[in-house]
Parts: sequence; structure tokens; C-alpha cells
Amino acid sequence: MESLFYIAAVTALASTVMVVTGKNASHALIYLIVSLLSVAVIFFLLGAPFAAALEVVVYAGAIVVLFLFVVMMLNLGKGSVAREHAWLRPSMWILPCLLTVPLFLGLVYALSGEPAQTAAAMVSPKTVGTQLFGPYLLAVELAGILLLAALVGAYHLGRRYLSERREEV
Amino acid sequence: MNFALSIPLEHVFVLAAALFCTGLTGVLVRRNVMFVLMSLEVMMNACGLAFVAAGARWAQADGQIMFMFILALAAAEVAVALGIVLQLSRRFDSLDVDSADEMHS
Repeated sequence: MESLFYIAAVTALASTVMVVTGKNASHALIYLIVSLLSVAVIFFLLGAPFAAALEVVVYAGAIVVLFLFVVMMLNLGKGSVAREHAWLRPSMWILPCLLTVPLFLGLVYALSGEPAQTAAAMVSPKTVGTQLFGPYLLAVELAGILLLAALVGAYHLGRRYLSERREEV
Repeated sequence: MNFALSIPLEHVFVLAAALFCTGLTGVLVRRNVMFVLMSLEVMMNACGLAFVAAGARWAQADGQIMFMFILALAAAEVAVALGIVLQLSRRFDSLDVDSADEMHS
């Protein structure tokens, strides 16, 4: 059964690498969905079914669809893939990888303490809900205010785009 | 039914670190603003994975609650950032992040 975790982990890593190195935005979004779904499987195996459901519904279902809407609005054609080829020279990967590989090794070193196992127990959505609206109530309100601010900001930015598009037509 | 497994915590953390570093490499390398935003999503998702794993270590709900706040943050960030992407493509007719360098000396 533990092998399921490693299969999902390899799938997540491989699809994430495809997202980062991809040339076509819509293909990269499909790979992003694969990555998010495999992370959702890992959440489920870690005993967090509510987080797994939210990962599928909100990340793969809402955020990626938002990305897809914008990709469709921008009308990226075949030229965009050729432009990505021009922008992404192989030599550009060297310096960022030299920066992030030591970071990864440092993180692995820092996170490898005494061996610990995850508790093979499920945290039910009910527990999460009562905690969320108990001790974390203020944080939930603040998250709501953040989402409202984002809504107003996104409307403001997008409205000018749409109204000026209409004038051109 | 309980499907939860006992997985070594270090392995989950190594996966989260690897996903985070992959996303960070994407943010550093890519010039297309759409791919930069996708890499940011990958990084935030890796942070959420670390939170959920830490919550699963002690079978507490706090990890999942922090993941939900990361989810709300990601949704807010994407909504505003995609509005900015639309403005960028309209004003400069390009998705290159370097095209918006008016403040660069």
C-alpha cells in the first residue's frame, strides 16, 4: 500500500517538471492538473480526505480553469510556442539550477531529523470544520476579507480591459 | 473506512521540498508570465503538502486548516495576477515579464 504514495510522488514530480519546462501553455495546464491530482492522492493517503477534496475542487477545478479562461482570452497560437523556444535557451537553466539545488539539499538536510512516521489515522472533515469555526474563526474572517479584496481588485483590472476592448470594436 | 497509511514523514517533506524547488526554478527561468504564475501555484501547493504532512504526523486538524488558508491565498493571488496578465498583454502586446520594465533606470 505504501507504494501508492511513491507512485503518486513520482507522478507529481514528473508532471511538475513538465509544467516548468513546457512550451505550450494549455499543455502545461493539463500537466498542472495531473500534478495537483497526484498531490490530492497523497493527501488522501496521509489521512486528510477533506484537504484532498479541496485540492481537486478548488485547485484543479477552479484555479486551473481560471488559467484556462485567460489562455483562451489571450488567444495564444502556434507563434507562442516558437517564441517560447526562442526565450528558453538551455543555458538559461544553469544558474537558477545552481541556486535551487543547494536550496533543495539544504531543505533535505534540515528536514531529516529523527525518523518519524505519519499517524495512520484519518482526520475527519467534521474535526476540521469544528476547529476552523472554533479557534481559527478570526483567520477565516480575515481570509474572507482577503478574497473580497481580490474580487474587487480583479474586477477593477479586468473591467478596464473589457471596456476598452469594446471601444475598439 | 480508514485508508490512511503510515508513511515516513521525511519522504513527504523531501517530496514537498523537491516540488518547491522545481517551482522556484520555474519562477527564476521562465519569461512568459503565465508560466511564472503556474510555477508560483506549484510552490504554494508544495507548502500546503508540507502543512498537511505535519498535521498528519500528530493526527491534528491544524495542518489541513493551514492548507485551506493557503488555498484561499492562492485563489486571491491568481484572480489579481490574471487581471494583471490581461493588462500586460493589452498594453505591451506581449507576455514577456521583461516588457514591463518602465521603472528600470
